[in-house]
Amino acid sequence: MTERKIRVLVAKPGLDGHDRGAKVVARALRDAGMEVVYTGLRQTPEMIAEAALQEDVDAVGLSVLSGAHMVLVPRVLELLKANGQAHVKVFLGGIIPDEDLPRLHEMGVMGIFGPGTLSETYVAEIRKAILDAA
Amino acid sequence: MDLVQGVLNGDRLALTRTLTQVENDTPTGRAALNALFTHTGRAHLVGVTGAPGSGKSSLVNKLAGYYRYPPDGEAPRRVAIIAVDPTSPFTGGAILGDRIRMRDLAGDQGVFIRSMATRGSLGGIAAATAAMVQVFDAAGFELVLIETVGVGQAEVDVAHLAHTTVVVEAPGMGDDIQAIKAGILEIADILVVNKADHPGVDSTERALRGMLELAHPAPRRYAHHGQIELVPAAAPAPVNDEPLWIPPILRSVATEGTGISEIAAAIASHRLHLEETGGWKVRERLRLQAELDMLLQAKLVACWKAQLPEEAYTQVLDDLLVRQLAPHQAVERLVKC
Repeated sequence: MTERKIRVLVAKPGLDGHDRGAKVVARALRDAGMEVVYTGLRQTPEMIAEAALQEDVDAVGLSVLSGAHMVLVPRVLELLKANGQAHVKVFLGGIIPDEDLPRLHEMGVMGIFGPGTLSETYVAEIRKAILDAA
Repeated sequence: MDLVQGVLNGDRLALTRTLTQVENDTPTGRAALNALFTHTGRAHLVGVTGAPGSGKSSLVNKLAGYYRYPPDGEAPRRVAIIAVDPTSPFTGGAILGDRIRMRDLAGDQGVFIRSMATRGSLGGIAAATAAMVQVFDAAGFELVLIETVGVGQAEVDVAHLAHTTVVVEAPGMGDDIQAIKAGILEIADILVVNKADHPGVDSTERALRGMLELAHPAPRRYAHHGQIELVPAAAPAPVNDEPLWIPPILRSVATEGTGISEIAAAIASHRLHLEETGGWKVRERLRLQAELDMLLQAKLVACWKAQLPEEAYTQVLDDLLVRQLAPHQAVERLVKC
């Protein structure tokens, strides 16, 4: 039996077209030995939840720069639950104002990693959240 | 949740979890495979392979779309896609990016896309790909499209797994010597020159055609004492007792959907050819033989290692290092049969 591989989906919901940050995160997770499914730009919450189901990932990373996170993130969480994937950890990157952080955490977002977060930090937190839940 | 029953009932959550268990080769995964195997053997397995960037993902995307929305009079078919991307040899991580080209298929319950990493396999697919295909087959998907990693010349494992192998080339692949080298082009049942709107498409197609003519000489006319005579092409000996099929060469522009219906038609006629000539059974046998051999090798190595004292192996390795033993002698010492 092979060692358990961590699988993560990295997606950009909504309409902003800047995915450099998402690619950097995908690459850092890859370098940490994870399998990263990268879906690209302009994904709807439905597409993201469906991809998370088909790929049976342990975590979903969302990068939002458009300011629509308070609409998109709850929708993704809701759809994951509806699909029987409540165990999937959801983390955020991008531009998220401080005043939204408590509510996002309350909804069940595992981590919010804004600009300047060291890759070691989010890699370690994501890994820990997944392995603790297993 | 009973995974096996869920897979057979079309439950997507059960399907995805089973695929993970099978990919990780867990006891649960093996038990599921054992139970599902009697339900396999119905799907048409189509391999899609070719160089990195030749357009495999885009082509798979459009092909799956074609099967979902076929022209009038045909029933839509359920399509599973396994897209393989490489695992880093240094970190064990992978970026699985084939879905980026497959967004057209989102929201369709008749399509299931699963990305997988090679996890150290070098033949263009992963060790677990064959087993994952069985799960999709048992789950009732009528077509399973297997997209390999971007391959070079020698990664041909998909040909042992698929009934029909599509090799995708793009213009500018090299001169005609590349086309007569052994390997990737030999496994093609269907050759596709994708990106046919790019310059160089004619010479690429010509090189491929030249390669095929060397393999399957066409009948030729020649003048003999003022009379035209036809010299039949020498019938080549069938390979592995498979009936002769000459791969068609088709052009496509996958991003625009041009040439897709012709490729789908060629895939269908290849299947028909296999069924009419008995080639389907030949391939099924070869496919299962390849899988049996692979599993046997893994099992034999594991059994042998389990009974071998660790020092024995280290000792032989040390002797190799100081040139007291040659590699073949080392093997003789470790394995007696």
